[in-house]
Amino acid sequence: MDIHEYQAKELLARHGVHVPRGGLAYSPEQATYRAREIGGSKWVLKAQVHSGARGKAGGIKLCSNDEEISNAAEAMLGRKLVTHQTGPRGKLISRLYLEEAVDIAQELYLGFVLDRKEERVMIVASAAGGMEIEDISEKKPDSIIRATVDPGVGMQGFQAREIAFGLGLESNLIGKATETILGCYQVFRDYDASMLEINPLVVTRDGSLVALDAKMSFDENALFRRPEISELRDKSQEDPRETFASDRGLSYVGLEGNIGCIINGAGLAMATMDMIKIAGGEPANFLDIGGGASPERVAKSFRAVLGDKNVETILVNIFAGINRCDWVAEGVIKAIREVGVDVPLVVRLSGTKVEEGRKILADSGEAVIVAETLAEAAEKAVAAWRAAAKKKKAA
Amino acid sequence: MAILLNRSTRVIVQGFTGKIGSFHAEDMKRYGTKLVGGVTPGKGGQTHLGLPIFNTVKGAVRETRAEASIVFVPPPFAADSIMEAADAGIKLCVCITDGIPSQDMMQVKRYMRRYRFEDRMRLVGPNCAGVITPGQALMGIMPGSIYLPGRVGIVGRSGTLGYEAASQMKALGIGVSTSVGIGGDPINGSSFKDILQLFERDEDTDAVVMIGEIGGPQEAEAAIWARDNMRKPLIAYIAGLSAPKGRRMGHAGAIISAFGESAQEKVEILKEAGVVIVPTPASFGEVVAETLARSKKAA
Repeated sequence: MDIHEYQAKELLARHGVHVPRGGLAYSPEQATYRAREIGGSKWVLKAQVHSGARGKAGGIKLCSNDEEISNAAEAMLGRKLVTHQTGPRGKLISRLYLEEAVDIAQELYLGFVLDRKEERVMIVASAAGGMEIEDISEKKPDSIIRATVDPGVGMQGFQAREIAFGLGLESNLIGKATETILGCYQVFRDYDASMLEINPLVVTRDGSLVALDAKMSFDENALFRRPEISELRDKSQEDPRETFASDRGLSYVGLEGNIGCIINGAGLAMATMDMIKIAGGEPANFLDIGGGASPERVAKSFRAVLGDKNVETILVNIFAGINRCDWVAEGVIKAIREVGVDVPLVVRLSGTKVEEGRKILADSGEAVIVAETLAEAAEKAVAAWRAAAKKKKAA
Repeated sequence: MAILLNRSTRVIVQGFTGKIGSFHAEDMKRYGTKLVGGVTPGKGGQTHLGLPIFNTVKGAVRETRAEASIVFVPPPFAADSIMEAADAGIKLCVCITDGIPSQDMMQVKRYMRRYRFEDRMRLVGPNCAGVITPGQALMGIMPGSIYLPGRVGIVGRSGTLGYEAASQMKALGIGVSTSVGIGGDPINGSSFKDILQLFERDEDTDAVVMIGEIGGPQEAEAAIWARDNMRKPLIAYIAGLSAPKGRRMGHAGAIISAFGESAQEKVEILKEAGVVIVPTPASFGEVVAETLARSKKAA
């Protein structure tokens, strides 16, 4: 789960990381009022969306008077910001953050990730901040400093000091940098983060060290014990299709294709999507219905998939282990009758109670295209989608 | 004996009396697994499904000489249960639980290292379908009926995709020595490489099917190891060709976040290492059959 820059900065500030003075605004008037509160003569207005690379997309503006702030705020609010991280649909700007402008002497990079190879928290730092880490590792790989933390004892002072010296900081900044790095680690650990990125971490002309930007993601498996983080969820930043599904306990990822998928198990779901692609179609979504799929759950999945207006065919692929094909078949019929399925529907059942399941589908009298194997299911789904698309065009 | 598990392995269930634990304990027993008891703190001394309940894993090991444990404990307490098993001298722990925080898993892995390698417990999972040695014993949640006993090993992250592979093989009369689900989490107990090492040494296994997916470095690591050390044929499929970068595809670990983590890149790495690629998830059966025929001819 991602949070906004201003929320991450609030968490970090509580743990000894210096951030510029700033305030949140929901309107142009509020933004200019924040400028009075903060003081000074130059401010930066920043769109609060869950994405990096906001500057290039017009989501960050330097302002030096009320009029500029007000105009910039007017232009941003209510608009969708499209960056290479948001995808073509973009993300809605409904919150702005106004900050005092900072006089930058040097830009650094500081990141914390869960390293899957080391199975530890890894710190990544570079004196070449300001550009994305992918670019740093491509253009200035030698500038990157890495360190991992022993989960038994946590991050040690010497590790933070080594990084601070490694960044080539002046001796009067070593103490501040050490405090900043340890503070970040503390936040990462205490709130079960999965990613924390300060880019840039800047040295100012008056010799302080300030987190100019802050990006954080959290381990969704740990949210049960981090209610203060769960509260920071902003549904306006999510794909509405995904919000609908996750509110109903379904694991769903929205994509751009036309063949809706309802599958059990994440691996089989990915494989079925691959199979659709190989057969010449494009999947509209990933959906794992999970174990123990009751008829109600199947019906809910149909609602989630049909909520996407791009869906022109649905493919259901269930390999029942803990699941039961007869229940899934009942759910499919229930969905057809209650939700209303006005697109071609292909169903492939396999595993526990498969004969009973197929019989329920056959006896229902509903227009269900049945497939026996995975390959057949994907081919029939793509064929049905092509036929439906042709018919639509003709009409 | 195939790998990890056979008909004489003495197994206990942690989270024995819960709904999920009970359901699968019965299923495992029915399959032929030598279940010797279970652990539910506070219910020690009672019996469940005709088997003794213990308060602690140490107590269960002392009384039943259990060597293996399967964990159905809910996510907030699962890491604690795994560490309890490690400390009690359990040799193999299979954790089914989905949803364990990553930091808990880091602690578990760190904790397990306090034991010498020879005494260290082997962890499979979490967030996995478990282990089955067809015709002998089941420590997991997979439907036993789809596996034919045989001589091909399976190791995969996903449960249902593993079922798909096993049933395609069964349709062609190809059986399985042991199937191991290593789970879909970013930090897990046994890696692909760990399991390949066991299959390579196993006298009852002739070839191995590896079912990987997007995210993480383990498939690439396994490919390099296999290239340098494996004599048996390795056949692999990677799920997630159509998965976009940066999106989590169901499994906590199925996310492309770094170079080399996409399905296309992993397939390239595997190919370069000489691994036989299953091009589509519908062709597990035929590719395994062809590979077995080829290696038989060569021998």
